[in-house]
Amino acid sequence: MKELWQIFSKGILEENPIFILALSLCPALAVTTTVVNGLTMGLTVTFVITSNNVVVSIVRHWVNPKVRVPVYITSIATIVTVAQLVLQAYFPLLYKAMGIYLALVVVFAIILARAEVFASKNGVVKSFCDGFGMGCGFTAAMLVISVIREVIGSGTILGMPIFGESYSPMLMMILPPGAFILIGYLVAGTKTWIAKREKARLEEEKGAVS
Amino acid sequence: MAEYLTLFIGAVLINNFVLTKFLGLCIFFGISKNLSASIGMGMAVTSVMTMSSILAWIVYFFVLQPFGLTFLTTIVFVVLTASFVQLLELVIKKQAPALYNMWGIYLLLIATNCIVLAVPILNVENSYSFLKSIVFAIGSGIGFALALILMASLREKLVYADVPKPLQGIGIAFILAGMLSLAFLGFSGML
Repeated sequence: MKELWQIFSKGILEENPIFILALSLCPALAVTTTVVNGLTMGLTVTFVITSNNVVVSIVRHWVNPKVRVPVYITSIATIVTVAQLVLQAYFPLLYKAMGIYLALVVVFAIILARAEVFASKNGVVKSFCDGFGMGCGFTAAMLVISVIREVIGSGTILGMPIFGESYSPMLMMILPPGAFILIGYLVAGTKTWIAKREKARLEEEKGAVS
Repeated sequence: MAEYLTLFIGAVLINNFVLTKFLGLCIFFGISKNLSASIGMGMAVTSVMTMSSILAWIVYFFVLQPFGLTFLTTIVFVVLTASFVQLLELVIKKQAPALYNMWGIYLLLIATNCIVLAVPILNVENSYSFLKSIVFAIGSGIGFALALILMASLREKLVYADVPKPLQGIGIAFILAGMLSLAFLGFSGML
Protein backbone atom coordinates (compact mmCIF):
# COMPACT_ATOMS: atom_id res chain seq x y z
CA MET A 1 0.00 0.00 0.00
CA LYS A 2 2.80 2.35 0.97
CA GLU A 3 4.63 1.52 -2.24
CA LEU A 4 1.57 2.38 -4.31
CA TRP A 5 1.22 5.68 -2.51
CA GLN A 6 4.86 6.45 -3.30
CA ILE A 7 4.33 5.67 -6.98
CA PHE A 8 1.27 7.91 -6.99
CA SER A 9 2.76 10.83 -5.11
CA LYS A 10 6.04 11.14 -6.99
CA GLY A 11 4.18 12.42 -10.04
CA ILE A 12 2.78 15.34 -8.09
CA LEU A 13 5.99 16.85 -6.74
CA GLU A 14 9.29 15.11 -7.31
CA GLU A 15 8.67 14.22 -10.95
CA ASN A 16 6.07 16.81 -11.83
CA PRO A 17 5.66 16.49 -15.60
CA ILE A 18 5.64 20.23 -16.26
CA PHE A 19 7.83 21.94 -13.67
CA ILE A 20 10.47 19.26 -13.17
CA LEU A 21 10.51 17.07 -16.25
CA ALA A 22 9.59 20.03 -18.54
CA LEU A 23 7.63 17.70 -20.83
CA SER A 24 4.43 18.50 -22.72
CA LEU A 25 4.69 22.23 -22.41
CA CYS A 26 2.64 23.09 -25.49
CA PRO A 27 -0.73 22.65 -23.73
CA ALA A 28 0.53 24.17 -20.51
CA LEU A 29 1.09 27.42 -22.35
CA ALA A 30 -1.65 27.33 -24.93
CA VAL A 31 -4.86 26.55 -23.04
CA THR A 32 -4.13 28.05 -19.63
CA THR A 33 -5.67 31.43 -20.41
CA THR A 34 -8.58 30.61 -18.08
CA VAL A 35 -8.90 28.24 -15.12
CA VAL A 36 -11.75 26.28 -16.74
CA ASN A 37 -9.72 25.56 -19.87
CA GLY A 38 -6.64 24.61 -17.88
CA LEU A 39 -8.64 22.26 -15.68
CA THR A 40 -10.35 20.61 -18.66
CA MET A 41 -7.02 19.95 -20.31
CA GLY A 42 -5.59 18.63 -17.05
CA LEU A 43 -8.46 16.20 -16.50
CA THR A 44 -8.38 15.03 -20.12
CA VAL A 45 -4.68 14.29 -19.88
CA THR A 46 -5.20 12.49 -16.55
CA PHE A 47 -7.84 10.30 -18.17
CA VAL A 48 -5.69 9.54 -21.21
CA ILE A 49 -2.49 8.83 -19.31
CA THR A 50 -4.19 6.59 -16.72
CA SER A 51 -6.15 4.54 -19.26
CA ASN A 52 -3.16 4.24 -21.54
CA ASN A 53 -0.94 3.03 -18.71
CA VAL A 54 -3.52 0.38 -17.84
CA VAL A 55 -3.88 -0.76 -21.47
CA VAL A 56 -0.12 -0.88 -22.03
CA SER A 57 0.54 -2.83 -18.83
CA ILE A 58 -2.18 -5.36 -19.77
CA VAL A 59 -0.77 -6.02 -23.24
CA ARG A 60 2.88 -5.72 -22.29
CA HIS A 61 3.62 -9.46 -22.53
CA TRP A 62 2.18 -9.85 -26.02
CA VAL A 63 3.75 -6.88 -27.74
CA ASN A 64 7.00 -7.49 -29.58
CA PRO A 65 9.54 -4.90 -28.36
CA LYS A 66 10.33 -3.93 -31.95
CA VAL A 67 6.85 -2.65 -32.67
CA ARG A 68 6.03 -1.34 -29.21
CA VAL A 69 6.08 2.37 -30.06
CA PRO A 70 3.51 2.14 -32.89
CA VAL A 71 1.31 0.01 -30.62
CA TYR A 72 1.51 2.58 -27.82
CA ILE A 73 0.76 5.43 -30.21
CA THR A 74 -2.30 3.67 -31.62
CA SER A 75 -3.57 2.97 -28.12
CA ILE A 76 -3.06 6.61 -27.09
CA ALA A 77 -4.76 7.88 -30.26
CA THR A 78 -7.79 5.67 -29.63
CA ILE A 79 -8.18 6.89 -26.05
CA VAL A 80 -7.77 10.51 -27.14
CA THR A 81 -10.47 10.02 -29.76
CA VAL A 82 -12.82 8.72 -27.06
CA ALA A 83 -12.07 11.80 -24.95
CA GLN A 84 -12.61 14.04 -27.96
CA LEU A 85 -15.98 12.51 -28.76
CA VAL A 86 -17.16 12.71 -25.14
CA LEU A 87 -16.17 16.37 -24.82
CA GLN A 88 -17.70 17.20 -28.19
CA ALA A 89 -21.00 15.57 -27.21
CA TYR A 90 -21.41 16.83 -23.64
CA PHE A 91 -19.29 20.02 -23.43
CA PRO A 92 -19.27 21.55 -26.93
CA LEU A 93 -18.08 24.93 -25.67
CA LEU A 94 -15.08 23.49 -23.87
CA TYR A 95 -14.34 21.34 -26.91
CA LYS A 96 -14.20 24.48 -29.00
CA ALA A 97 -11.99 26.31 -26.50
CA MET A 98 -9.50 23.41 -26.51
CA GLY A 99 -9.27 23.63 -30.29
CA ILE A 100 -6.47 21.75 -31.94
CA TYR A 101 -4.65 21.09 -28.66
CA LEU A 102 -7.09 18.34 -27.73
CA ALA A 103 -6.14 16.27 -30.78
CA LEU A 104 -2.51 17.00 -30.03
CA VAL A 105 -2.76 15.23 -26.64
CA VAL A 106 -1.81 12.18 -28.76
CA VAL A 107 1.74 13.35 -29.18
CA PHE A 108 2.38 14.61 -25.63
CA ALA A 109 5.78 13.31 -24.70
CA ILE A 110 4.73 12.60 -21.11
CA ILE A 111 2.11 10.00 -22.07
CA LEU A 112 4.40 7.99 -24.33
CA ALA A 113 7.21 8.38 -21.81
CA ARG A 114 5.14 6.89 -18.97
CA ALA A 115 4.07 3.97 -21.18
CA GLU A 116 7.67 3.29 -22.17
CA VAL A 117 9.36 3.89 -18.82
CA PHE A 118 6.78 2.55 -16.38
CA ALA A 119 3.73 0.75 -17.73
CA SER A 120 5.67 -1.56 -20.04
CA LYS A 121 7.58 -2.96 -17.06
CA ASN A 122 5.03 -2.99 -14.24
CA GLY A 123 1.70 -4.55 -13.33
CA VAL A 124 -1.76 -3.09 -13.86
CA VAL A 125 -2.34 -1.66 -10.37
CA LYS A 126 1.07 -0.01 -10.16
CA SER A 127 0.72 1.42 -13.67
CA PHE A 128 -2.68 2.81 -12.79
CA CYS A 129 -1.23 4.58 -9.74
CA ASP A 130 1.69 5.91 -11.76
CA GLY A 131 -0.53 7.27 -14.54
CA PHE A 132 -3.01 8.76 -12.09
CA GLY A 133 -0.23 10.42 -10.10
CA MET A 134 1.37 11.90 -13.20
CA GLY A 135 -2.04 13.09 -14.37
CA CYS A 136 -2.73 14.74 -11.01
CA GLY A 137 0.68 16.43 -11.10
CA PHE A 138 -0.04 17.68 -14.59
CA THR A 139 -3.49 18.95 -13.55
CA ALA A 140 -2.03 20.70 -10.51
CA ALA A 141 0.58 22.44 -12.66
CA MET A 142 -2.08 23.51 -15.17
CA LEU A 143 -4.17 24.84 -12.29
CA VAL A 144 -1.28 26.90 -10.87
CA ILE A 145 -0.42 28.41 -14.25
CA SER A 146 -4.00 29.13 -15.26
CA VAL A 147 -4.93 30.70 -11.90
CA ILE A 148 -1.97 33.09 -12.12
CA ARG A 149 -2.70 33.94 -15.74
CA GLU A 150 -6.42 34.47 -15.26
CA VAL A 151 -6.04 36.54 -12.09
CA ILE A 152 -3.43 38.86 -13.54
CA GLY A 153 -4.57 38.81 -17.14
CA SER A 154 -8.31 39.30 -16.73
CA GLY A 155 -8.73 39.96 -13.00
CA THR A 156 -11.10 37.01 -12.50
CA ILE A 157 -11.19 33.47 -11.14
CA LEU A 158 -13.51 31.04 -12.95
CA GLY A 159 -15.04 34.10 -14.62
CA MET A 160 -15.85 35.89 -11.35
CA PRO A 161 -14.21 39.30 -10.88
CA ILE A 162 -12.10 39.50 -7.74
CA PHE A 163 -10.44 42.90 -7.82
CA GLY A 164 -13.46 45.18 -8.32
CA GLU A 165 -14.04 47.84 -10.94
CA SER A 166 -10.84 49.83 -10.59
CA TYR A 167 -8.51 46.97 -11.63
CA SER A 168 -7.36 47.18 -15.21
CA PRO A 169 -6.17 43.74 -16.32
CA MET A 170 -2.66 43.20 -17.62
CA LEU A 171 -3.54 41.83 -21.02
CA MET A 172 -0.06 40.54 -21.76
CA MET A 173 -0.56 37.70 -19.27
CA ILE A 174 -3.23 36.01 -21.36
CA LEU A 175 -1.35 36.63 -24.60
CA PRO A 176 1.43 34.24 -25.68
CA PRO A 177 4.40 36.30 -24.36
CA GLY A 178 3.00 36.32 -20.83
CA ALA A 179 2.77 32.53 -20.86
CA PHE A 180 6.40 32.11 -21.88
CA ILE A 181 7.70 34.57 -19.30
CA LEU A 182 5.57 33.13 -16.49
CA ILE A 183 6.75 29.58 -17.19
CA GLY A 184 10.33 30.84 -17.20
CA TYR A 185 9.95 32.23 -13.68
CA LEU A 186 7.97 29.22 -12.44
CA VAL A 187 10.68 26.83 -13.65
CA ALA A 188 13.31 28.98 -11.94
CA GLY A 189 11.24 29.01 -8.75
CA THR A 190 10.86 25.22 -8.72
CA LYS A 191 14.58 24.82 -9.32
CA THR A 192 15.44 27.06 -6.36
CA TRP A 193 12.97 25.22 -4.14
CA ILE A 194 14.41 21.83 -5.03
CA ALA A 195 17.98 23.05 -4.49
CA LYS A 196 17.01 24.39 -1.09
CA ARG A 197 15.31 21.14 -0.08
CA GLU A 198 18.27 19.12 -1.25
CA LYS A 199 20.61 21.32 0.77
CA ALA A 200 18.49 20.99 3.90
CA ARG A 201 18.43 17.22 3.47
CA LEU A 202 22.22 17.06 3.08
CA GLU A 203 22.72 19.14 6.19
CA GLU A 204 20.35 16.90 8.10
CA GLU A 205 22.31 13.84 7.05
CA LYS A 206 25.54 15.54 8.03
CA GLY A 207 24.10 16.39 11.43
CA ALA A 208 22.97 12.80 11.89
CA VAL A 209 26.45 11.47 11.08
CA SER A 210 28.34 13.81 13.38
CA MET B 1 -2.84 35.07 -55.81
CA ALA B 2 -3.31 37.65 -53.07
CA GLU B 3 -5.23 35.03 -51.12
CA TYR B 4 -2.26 32.67 -51.12
CA LEU B 5 0.15 35.43 -50.17
CA THR B 6 -2.03 36.38 -47.19
CA LEU B 7 -2.18 32.77 -46.08
CA PHE B 8 1.60 32.44 -46.42
CA ILE B 9 2.48 35.64 -44.53
CA GLY B 10 -0.09 34.78 -41.91
CA ALA B 11 1.46 31.36 -41.35
CA VAL B 12 5.04 32.67 -41.24
CA LEU B 13 4.68 35.77 -39.10
CA ILE B 14 1.28 36.40 -37.58
CA ASN B 15 0.30 32.90 -36.50
CA ASN B 16 3.86 31.78 -35.99
CA PHE B 17 3.69 28.17 -34.87
CA VAL B 18 6.16 28.40 -32.04
CA LEU B 19 5.72 31.90 -30.73
CA THR B 20 1.96 32.34 -30.86
CA LYS B 21 0.59 28.79 -31.04
CA PHE B 22 3.13 27.08 -28.77
CA LEU B 23 3.64 24.11 -31.09
CA GLY B 24 6.89 22.21 -31.36
CA LEU B 25 8.26 23.65 -28.13
CA CYS B 26 10.26 20.53 -27.25
CA ILE B 27 12.29 20.82 -30.45
CA PHE B 28 12.42 24.59 -30.14
CA PHE B 29 14.08 24.56 -26.73
CA GLY B 30 16.10 21.43 -27.38
CA ILE B 31 17.69 22.40 -30.66
CA SER B 32 18.06 26.16 -30.38
CA LYS B 33 21.30 25.89 -28.40
CA ASN B 34 23.15 25.47 -31.66
CA LEU B 35 22.76 27.63 -34.77
CA SER B 36 23.79 25.15 -37.46
CA ALA B 37 21.59 22.42 -35.97
CA SER B 38 18.70 24.89 -35.98
CA ILE B 39 19.08 25.53 -39.69
CA GLY B 40 19.13 21.80 -40.43
CA MET B 41 16.14 21.17 -38.21
CA GLY B 42 14.19 24.03 -39.76
CA MET B 43 14.70 22.61 -43.24
CA ALA B 44 13.87 19.05 -42.17
CA VAL B 45 10.66 20.16 -40.46
CA THR B 46 9.55 22.26 -43.44
CA SER B 47 10.03 19.44 -45.94
CA VAL B 48 8.50 16.73 -43.76
CA MET B 49 5.54 18.93 -42.90
CA THR B 50 4.83 19.74 -46.54
CA MET B 51 5.01 16.12 -47.66
CA SER B 52 2.99 14.75 -44.76
CA SER B 53 0.26 17.35 -45.20
CA ILE B 54 -0.04 16.46 -48.91
CA LEU B 55 -0.40 12.81 -47.93
CA ALA B 56 -2.87 13.57 -45.15
CA TRP B 57 -4.95 15.80 -47.42
CA ILE B 58 -5.29 13.02 -50.00
CA VAL B 59 -6.21 10.43 -47.37
CA TYR B 60 -8.74 12.73 -45.72
CA PHE B 61 -10.60 13.92 -48.80
CA PHE B 62 -10.46 10.68 -50.81
CA VAL B 63 -10.82 8.06 -48.09
CA LEU B 64 -12.02 9.38 -44.73
CA GLN B 65 -14.62 11.85 -45.93
CA PRO B 66 -16.35 9.76 -48.67
CA PHE B 67 -16.72 6.82 -46.29
CA GLY B 68 -17.88 8.92 -43.34
CA LEU B 69 -14.89 8.03 -41.17
CA THR B 70 -13.91 11.54 -40.13
CA PHE B 71 -14.08 10.62 -36.44
CA LEU B 72 -10.95 8.52 -37.05
CA THR B 73 -8.96 11.57 -38.21
CA THR B 74 -6.71 11.75 -35.13
CA ILE B 75 -5.76 8.07 -35.16
CA VAL B 76 -5.22 7.91 -38.92
CA PHE B 77 -3.13 11.09 -39.05
CA VAL B 78 -0.88 10.07 -36.17
CA VAL B 79 -0.16 6.69 -37.69
CA LEU B 80 0.22 8.25 -41.12
CA THR B 81 2.71 10.95 -40.15
CA ALA B 82 4.72 8.72 -37.84
CA SER B 83 5.04 5.93 -40.39
CA PHE B 84 5.73 8.40 -43.19
CA VAL B 85 8.65 9.90 -41.31
CA GLN B 86 10.05 6.43 -40.59
CA LEU B 87 9.73 5.52 -44.26
CA LEU B 88 11.42 8.73 -45.31
CA GLU B 89 14.25 7.96 -42.94
CA LEU B 90 14.74 4.51 -44.50
CA VAL B 91 14.67 5.87 -48.04
CA ILE B 92 17.13 8.68 -47.31
CA LYS B 93 19.45 6.33 -45.44
CA LYS B 94 19.59 4.03 -48.49
CA GLN B 95 19.54 6.55 -51.32
CA ALA B 96 21.36 9.59 -49.96
CA PRO B 97 23.67 8.66 -47.08
CA ALA B 98 25.32 12.10 -47.10
CA LEU B 99 21.97 13.77 -46.55
CA TYR B 100 21.15 11.21 -43.87
CA ASN B 101 24.31 12.01 -41.97
CA MET B 102 23.34 15.66 -41.97
CA TRP B 103 19.62 15.46 -41.20
CA GLY B 104 18.92 11.87 -40.12
CA ILE B 105 18.96 12.64 -36.44
CA TYR B 106 16.33 15.37 -36.81
CA LEU B 107 13.98 13.04 -38.64
CA LEU B 108 13.89 10.74 -35.62
CA LEU B 109 13.03 13.64 -33.37
CA ILE B 110 10.12 14.84 -35.47
CA ALA B 111 8.50 11.44 -36.01
CA THR B 112 5.89 12.04 -33.35
CA ASN B 113 5.90 15.74 -32.82
CA CYS B 114 2.96 18.05 -32.39
CA ILE B 115 4.09 20.41 -35.14
CA VAL B 116 4.06 17.74 -37.85
CA LEU B 117 0.66 16.50 -36.72
CA ALA B 118 -0.85 19.96 -36.27
CA VAL B 119 -0.52 21.16 -39.86
CA PRO B 120 -2.52 18.32 -41.47
CA ILE B 121 -5.21 18.64 -38.79
CA LEU B 122 -5.46 22.42 -39.26
CA ASN B 123 -5.60 21.92 -43.03
CA VAL B 124 -8.63 19.67 -42.90
CA GLU B 125 -10.29 21.60 -40.08
CA ASN B 126 -10.23 24.78 -42.16
CA SER B 127 -11.01 22.70 -45.29
CA TYR B 128 -8.23 24.29 -47.32
CA SER B 129 -7.96 23.34 -50.99
CA PHE B 130 -5.03 21.16 -52.08
CA LEU B 131 -2.88 24.09 -53.20
CA LYS B 132 -3.78 26.14 -50.15
CA SER B 133 -2.80 23.37 -47.77
CA ILE B 134 0.62 23.13 -49.44
CA VAL B 135 1.11 26.90 -49.12
CA PHE B 136 0.03 26.75 -45.48
CA ALA B 137 2.40 23.86 -44.72
CA ILE B 138 5.38 25.58 -46.34
CA GLY B 139 4.56 28.87 -44.59
CA SER B 140 4.26 27.17 -41.20
CA GLY B 141 7.53 25.37 -41.75
CA ILE B 142 9.35 28.56 -42.69
CA GLY B 143 7.83 30.33 -39.70
CA PHE B 144 9.09 27.55 -37.46
CA ALA B 145 12.56 27.71 -39.02
CA LEU B 146 12.63 31.50 -38.64
CA ALA B 147 11.76 31.35 -34.94
CA LEU B 148 14.28 28.57 -34.37
CA ILE B 149 17.11 30.44 -36.11
CA LEU B 150 16.35 33.72 -34.33
CA MET B 151 16.27 31.93 -30.99
CA ALA B 152 19.52 30.07 -31.68
CA SER B 153 21.29 33.31 -32.60
CA LEU B 154 20.06 34.92 -29.39
CA ARG B 155 21.08 31.96 -27.24
CA GLU B 156 24.58 31.98 -28.69
CA LYS B 157 24.93 35.55 -27.46
CA LEU B 158 23.45 34.57 -24.11
CA VAL B 159 26.59 32.59 -23.28
CA TYR B 160 28.33 35.89 -22.51
CA ALA B 161 25.53 37.22 -20.34
CA ASP B 162 25.48 37.04 -16.56
CA VAL B 163 22.25 35.20 -15.85
CA PRO B 164 21.00 34.76 -12.24
CA LYS B 165 21.63 31.20 -11.09
CA PRO B 166 18.06 29.86 -10.80
CA LEU B 167 17.18 31.18 -14.25
CA GLN B 168 20.13 29.56 -15.97
CA GLY B 169 19.33 27.04 -18.68
CA ILE B 170 15.69 26.52 -19.54
CA GLY B 171 14.37 29.43 -17.40
CA ILE B 172 16.09 32.20 -19.29
CA ALA B 173 15.31 30.44 -22.58
CA PHE B 174 11.60 30.75 -21.79
CA ILE B 175 11.90 34.42 -20.95
CA LEU B 176 13.83 34.99 -24.16
CA ALA B 177 11.08 33.21 -26.10
CA GLY B 178 8.58 35.49 -24.36
CA MET B 179 10.47 38.56 -25.61
CA LEU B 180 10.57 37.14 -29.15
CA SER B 181 6.88 36.38 -28.95
CA LEU B 182 6.22 39.93 -27.81
CA ALA B 183 8.07 41.18 -30.89
CA PHE B 184 6.05 38.88 -33.14
CA LEU B 185 2.81 40.24 -31.65
CA GLY B 186 3.70 43.44 -33.50
CA PHE B 187 3.01 41.65 -36.78
CA SER B 188 -0.61 40.99 -35.85
CA GLY B 189 -1.68 44.38 -37.19
CA MET B 190 -0.13 43.71 -40.58
CA LEU B 191 -3.03 42.10 -42.41
